[in-house]
Amino acid sequence: MSILAVTEVLVAQNIAFAIIAVGVVVAGVRLVTTENVVHAALWLVVVLAGIAGLYILLAAEFTAIVQVLVYIGAIVVLFLFGIMLTRARLGEGETVNKKMRAPALVIAVAMFALMAYSLWGYFGSTELEVMGRSTAELGQTTAQVADTLFLTYLIPFEVVSVLLLAALTGAIVLARRD
Amino acid sequence: MSELIFAIELAYWQQTLIKVLVAAVLIPTTALILGIVFLFKMMSWMQSRMGPQEAGPRGLLQLAADGLKFLQKEDIIPDRADRFVFKAAPVVVLASTFLTYVILPAGPDLIIENLPTGIFFAMAVSSLSVVGVLMAGWSSSNKYALMGGLRAGGQLIAYELPLILAVMGVVIQAGSLSMQDIVWAQADGSMFGFGGLGLPFVITQIVAFFIFMVAIQAELTQPPFDMPVAESEVVGGFHVEYTGFRFLFFFLGEFATAFAFAAIAATLFLGGWWVPGIDPNSALANIVGPIALFVKIMVVAFLIFWFRFTYPRFREDQLQRFAWKYLIPLALANITITGILVVVL
Repeated sequence: MSILAVTEVLVAQNIAFAIIAVGVVVAGVRLVTTENVVHAALWLVVVLAGIAGLYILLAAEFTAIVQVLVYIGAIVVLFLFGIMLTRARLGEGETVNKKMRAPALVIAVAMFALMAYSLWGYFGSTELEVMGRSTAELGQTTAQVADTLFLTYLIPFEVVSVLLLAALTGAIVLARRD
Repeated sequence: MSELIFAIELAYWQQTLIKVLVAAVLIPTTALILGIVFLFKMMSWMQSRMGPQEAGPRGLLQLAADGLKFLQKEDIIPDRADRFVFKAAPVVVLASTFLTYVILPAGPDLIIENLPTGIFFAMAVSSLSVVGVLMAGWSSSNKYALMGGLRAGGQLIAYELPLILAVMGVVIQAGSLSMQDIVWAQADGSMFGFGGLGLPFVITQIVAFFIFMVAIQAELTQPPFDMPVAESEVVGGFHVEYTGFRFLFFFLGEFATAFAFAAIAATLFLGGWWVPGIDPNSALANIVGPIALFVKIMVVAFLIFWFRFTYPRFREDQLQRFAWKYLIPLALANITITGILVVVL
């Protein structure tokens, strides 16, 4: 069975996936080619929102909402905040530094190759079980995430929390030199 | 569920169409109601003046007349503005408001989409408005607009945390993120063994209710947290360059968001559409529900606008200190105590 199998559920999902994927790719290309750094940040919003849409297609509703809340609502807002406070005065035209294009390209291609290789190697042609399950079953995924996070992976979760707290404190110590 | 309202079965696209139409009618209407009742009538009474009198009976059509006026105005875009971002900004703000209405339940079956992660979804989409505000402030090519946008950004980030942390207390007590389940948890609850009145979470989560009300005041950028649009300092803040229907978007968005937040507060803390004495499983609940919800929303909105009209503006440092040093620790303490009590009791 090919990945784009025409079954009852998959038709609408395939169309939606195609639309979102094209949108994300276009926005991603614009993100790295635009001359204006604020526009780049706004294209990043489109990319991240599109990826949230893909998560919803995969019935990972909780992940999609976290994506919106954390990446768009917090991280991109911080980007915009920083950019607007420091550089990117309107009317200055080019605000993007292009010196690092070649190394960035190498890293991007290497990253893509690594992820494609590992995903292909791990999943190959296996299909995810999500397809064909009822919405009632899928509705429980948030509870499953919580149970897994706070029962099975409690220690790694706490370690990550402490790590983030240390990073936070470190940032404050570095910023305040008094 | 909503597939079987009044025993009529509809196709998916028909349901979707009806839901979109309901939302499209609901949002401007609610904004108008809040604007007329509170901004024009109550504010003028509180300030011992008449308020609008000419348009319609007792001046009730003033906002409709204002809306018409805005639609007629010339659509002015500053010469050096970033045109696309400038045009998109009000749409982003309004879209974040529209998305909030998706999870508001008005009855056991009357909800646009009963997401299992309802309240979390509402918090996520309401945080999108910051992007729109920053876009508006930056693209206007006006230093007052930029300052207003940055002030708004800082304020919205600072007060989003207490907002979400306040909601956490309710979520822990209800044991669900779904708005419907939160209503049901309040309807099924009991106070000291007496179940007749249910258990509105405003009683057990009074601290969270207080934090939530303060935080939505700040999220709406209205007094006493109106520094981003303070006319004496930054003229009109992020929307200083907007005229005509683009300004109308911001204006509608502000009041529609006030209504949506009031509805969320009414659902989380006052039991939403549930009325004591009416069986929530009966068809009657679908008819009484919206009325009950509306009454509760008006009570919450009264509190919101009461603060708006009676308190002076905070300074930037006071505003940030209040959020980070008082509200967030208070909300964290509330979560801890709620968590312990839920496990113990």
